[in-house]
Amino acid sequence: MTNIPETGRSSRVQIRLVVIQVLVLSLLLTLGGRLWYLQIREGAAYAKEASGNHVQQVVQPAVRGSILDARGVALADNETRLVVSASRTDLLKMKDDGKEVLVKLAKVLGMTPKEVQEKVRLCDAETPQPCWNGSPYQPIPITDEATAKQALQIRERAEDFPGITAEPEAVRRYPSPGKANTAQVLGYLSPVTDDEIKKAQNTNSPYLRSDQVGRSGLERQYDKALRGKAGVTRYEVDNLGRVIGQAEADPAHPGDNLVTSIDSRVQRIAEYQLNEAMKEARKQHDRNTGTNYKADSGAVVVMEAKTGRVVAMASNPTYDPNAWVGGISAKDYARLTGKSSNYPLLNRAIQGQSAPGSIFKVIPTAAAVNAGYSFNGPYECSSSYSIGGQVFKNFESKGYGPISLGRALEVSCDTVFYRLSHEEWKRDGGTKPKKNANDWFYKTAHQFGLGKETGIDLPNEVTGRVPDRQWKLNYWKANKDAWCRTGKRDGSYAEKIAYENCLEGNRMRAGDSVNYSIGQGDTLVTPIQMATIYSAISNGGTLYNPSVGKAVISADGKTVTPIKPEAHGKLPMSQKTRSEISDALAGVATRGTAAWRFGGWPQDKIPMHAKTGTAEVYGKQTTSWFATYTKDYSIVMTISQGGTGSGASGPAVRNIYNALYGVSEDGAIDAKKALLPTPQKALPKVKTDGTISSPKVSKDPAKDQRAGKKDPNAPDPLQPATAAPPTPENRDTRRRRRRGSRRWPA
Amino acid sequence: MTGGVNSFQVSGYGPERTGWTRLLARDSVARRLDWPILLSATALSLLGTLLVYSATRNRTELNQGDPYYFLVRHLLNTGIGLALMAGTIWLGHRALRTAVPVLYGFSVLLILLVLTPLGSTINGAHSWIKLPGGFSLQPSEFVKVTIILGMAMLLAARVDAGDKQYPDHRTVVQALGLAAVPMLIVMLMPDLGSVMVMVIIVLGVLLASGASNRWVFGLLGAGTLGAVSVWQLGILDDYQIARFAAFANPELDPAGVGYNTNQARIAIGSGGLTGSGLFHGSQTTGQFVPEQQTDFVFTVAGEELGFLGGGLIILLLGIVLWRACRIARETTDLYGTIVAAGIVAWFAFQTFENVGMTLGIMPVTGLPLPFVSYGGSSMFAVWIAVGLLQSIRVQRPMSA
Repeated sequence: MTNIPETGRSSRVQIRLVVIQVLVLSLLLTLGGRLWYLQIREGAAYAKEASGNHVQQVVQPAVRGSILDARGVALADNETRLVVSASRTDLLKMKDDGKEVLVKLAKVLGMTPKEVQEKVRLCDAETPQPCWNGSPYQPIPITDEATAKQALQIRERAEDFPGITAEPEAVRRYPSPGKANTAQVLGYLSPVTDDEIKKAQNTNSPYLRSDQVGRSGLERQYDKALRGKAGVTRYEVDNLGRVIGQAEADPAHPGDNLVTSIDSRVQRIAEYQLNEAMKEARKQHDRNTGTNYKADSGAVVVMEAKTGRVVAMASNPTYDPNAWVGGISAKDYARLTGKSSNYPLLNRAIQGQSAPGSIFKVIPTAAAVNAGYSFNGPYECSSSYSIGGQVFKNFESKGYGPISLGRALEVSCDTVFYRLSHEEWKRDGGTKPKKNANDWFYKTAHQFGLGKETGIDLPNEVTGRVPDRQWKLNYWKANKDAWCRTGKRDGSYAEKIAYENCLEGNRMRAGDSVNYSIGQGDTLVTPIQMATIYSAISNGGTLYNPSVGKAVISADGKTVTPIKPEAHGKLPMSQKTRSEISDALAGVATRGTAAWRFGGWPQDKIPMHAKTGTAEVYGKQTTSWFATYTKDYSIVMTISQGGTGSGASGPAVRNIYNALYGVSEDGAIDAKKALLPTPQKALPKVKTDGTISSPKVSKDPAKDQRAGKKDPNAPDPLQPATAAPPTPENRDTRRRRRRGSRRWPA
Repeated sequence: MTGGVNSFQVSGYGPERTGWTRLLARDSVARRLDWPILLSATALSLLGTLLVYSATRNRTELNQGDPYYFLVRHLLNTGIGLALMAGTIWLGHRALRTAVPVLYGFSVLLILLVLTPLGSTINGAHSWIKLPGGFSLQPSEFVKVTIILGMAMLLAARVDAGDKQYPDHRTVVQALGLAAVPMLIVMLMPDLGSVMVMVIIVLGVLLASGASNRWVFGLLGAGTLGAVSVWQLGILDDYQIARFAAFANPELDPAGVGYNTNQARIAIGSGGLTGSGLFHGSQTTGQFVPEQQTDFVFTVAGEELGFLGGGLIILLLGIVLWRACRIARETTDLYGTIVAAGIVAWFAFQTFENVGMTLGIMPVTGLPLPFVSYGGSSMFAVWIAVGLLQSIRVQRPMSA
């Protein structure tokens, strides 16, 4: 611009030429600036977008590991189904977007072309189900129920079906070996949710959209091990999704197998016996309500006493876990979770809690000894015990005179425990507790592991409740507003209780401590907690964390990771007290409240210990509890609204023992018929090719047991008719609380 | 070409008067050529060859199985372009002045042919004539040249003769009419991009001719009014409106009309400072950017050569434009000035529009990047233009 030559031309043109030059320069500078902005300032973001553009993942799902019983029998495995899938990228390469191929395919599969079209379309905001919401680069399954003939037709005429594959694929299956359903323990799977995919995105085990995730039971607890790791192949693709190179490939790792301590035969017998016991209970008349027992739910736990391993765990009502396979139907879902279903998904062995009744008494017994009372006593077993104007009666209002704590356990004398608990309550300061109150009866319950989870390897275990002072205070704080609003001094029973609670629900009253001493009132326990406690009494005092998983074995059988039993504490009692209590519990089985259920039991060869319990629940029928143990096993059964402990649960528990040890009704032991006289120690073998050696399981071990005499391989049958009839002396303990006892503050 | 430079530098000081030294004498054509323009344009064409090759070596549906198909053709086009430039210099822009009516008439005839069944449609624009042997011609590229020459001839005639200082109104009207005829035809094709370039050329030409300010501003106003009415009257095709909408908001429909701009920006943005390396761009290899060898060739440079490569292209085009501006200023006759200014307007707008659309600051239209984009007609036209610039410089008075 500096050396404008002498052109003799007008300055107007020269000026305009300079303007043009400046304009051009500014345009170029604009381009340069924008280029800098995109490439240097925003470059990283665009680079990331570009890599997302051209890399696509293809996923080979890992085969989920099996869940095996202690002997290697599969409780959950996979079955092979023929899955016909379509590759969208292949279809879109065709002139008509693969329409013709899909129509042909529909004919082979016996579907309408519309159905097939809908299966392969991609989901978006405007597309209603059915549609595919997975990756468009993933083969889209059209059916998982193709017959071998259909698959053959597709594979043999591959040129007629470009982009269509018919491959065998693994689908979850719950085979119920020998009719052992094990539903709540196994749990179930359901498809992964968007949230879970997002959360696991940057972890080392991300989910695939097609993944199934364990939602409850073992499937959930051991999900990570069972799931394995999906294989991912990353391809570089062009704008049409055509593969132009393979970036990297991680092979799929099949999931590990989980060996459990469950024995499918014992499991079947436990389930069968529980169900039979409940059916039988429904035939029994309840004198208190004037109707038959409802027996609405129940649970039984069979535990290895020396390890805390669960041999069988049944919960009733139950369901078929196969209902979840391949996506649960809305109807099935409503049936399993609706209000009228009585919640079969609940595992009542770990998620059902109720007052334990007299099977609780081992705890106040230990508490009394710890508080300094002599085991031998004697203590007055009167027919009733009064505090102020309030009368707490012994069961059936029968007295036994001065007896030891052991005898009190045998005959389940309530008044002995009323007296001891009341004395301790007074010693601790009554309604105005001392600063450092001993609270022996409550402290001991906590030491037994009550009021918290046992730590079993199953999800969502509930804690139960020890109604100590702290709990009463917290509970009162949470509820007093409602109580004070609804409570009336002269209203109905419920209103009076509310009125009373409003005034002094924060305090531990004499009646509370008396009720508590026999496992009543606000006390809540789960069957698994009681099985853990009775196992500990059997094994010398170790409170094991119950466990179902016994070992994790890799799919090729090469890596075996045992799951060792872990303890969470010791029973708070000396070995002397423990053996005294144990002797007393043996007495329960031989001459106490459970004796009529163990008639003819070979006590000298297999010492049996038992405790019965019948707990009252406000507004409902009584809960039946039965806690037992031998040196190897502990069995705890409960039936809600089922009647008395030995009455409702006794025969079932006896039958389970009969099957375990091969005991016949006359007391003879036939080792051949014993299913599991000692707990299974060895782990099943998984071969390198992934097959598992397991013994054959008969069609229905429970049926074999009933028909035992005809089948020499099955345990002896139990004839219910031969059971001794109940006598007033050894009927269940059962507490009668005077209605409205809470009205009188003690 | 580089060989020529070296021999020029080395033998320029030789004592003997051989054929070489005569060629390099102070008044020789070689000495008077504008070498920066020639070298920059050649470098751009060669760079374009690599970029076009990178964009097409995998596109089997385009290159008929021969990865070098486009490379060879782009080189061939460059060679023909250089020959056309040499021919133009040899004829000289002044001598061509007499042939302008014929050239103009011929080019208008060609674009009329496009409207007959001989014409064919590519990418929604009906602007090509299919020739035998797989070649096709885009006459609107040549019309850009003849409009510049025709208008320059009319506007400069009386001024260069010394009759007037500035073109009078009648001459301006005649010149505008001359430009309007082919512009209307091109608009019918419809080839909106070329029409836009022609409007800018007309503006540049009018500015440089010294025509009254009223004409310049009047034309600007008419242009704006025309654009608005074209929009309002719905003369534009749907795809053209969609392109503008996508320009205003590229996220509008990333799979549809916004796809081009989005993918182009991802390609360029991912290049960073030095790029992913020639032939190593994932966007380019994966063919995510459509029309990458022609209108979107700049994205190859952006992705594979990065800011340095993209900047080099802009710099080289900047050198061409800067030197062209100098040529316009330094020549003595108005005819030369107008021709040079018209070419500046043409190249500048086409560069800004083409690179700008790949960077997302201009709407998408089908315009090639001078020298770099693949396409014979465009390549020939821009090299003829370079020839005109060289001729104007060569024939300027020695006193300059």
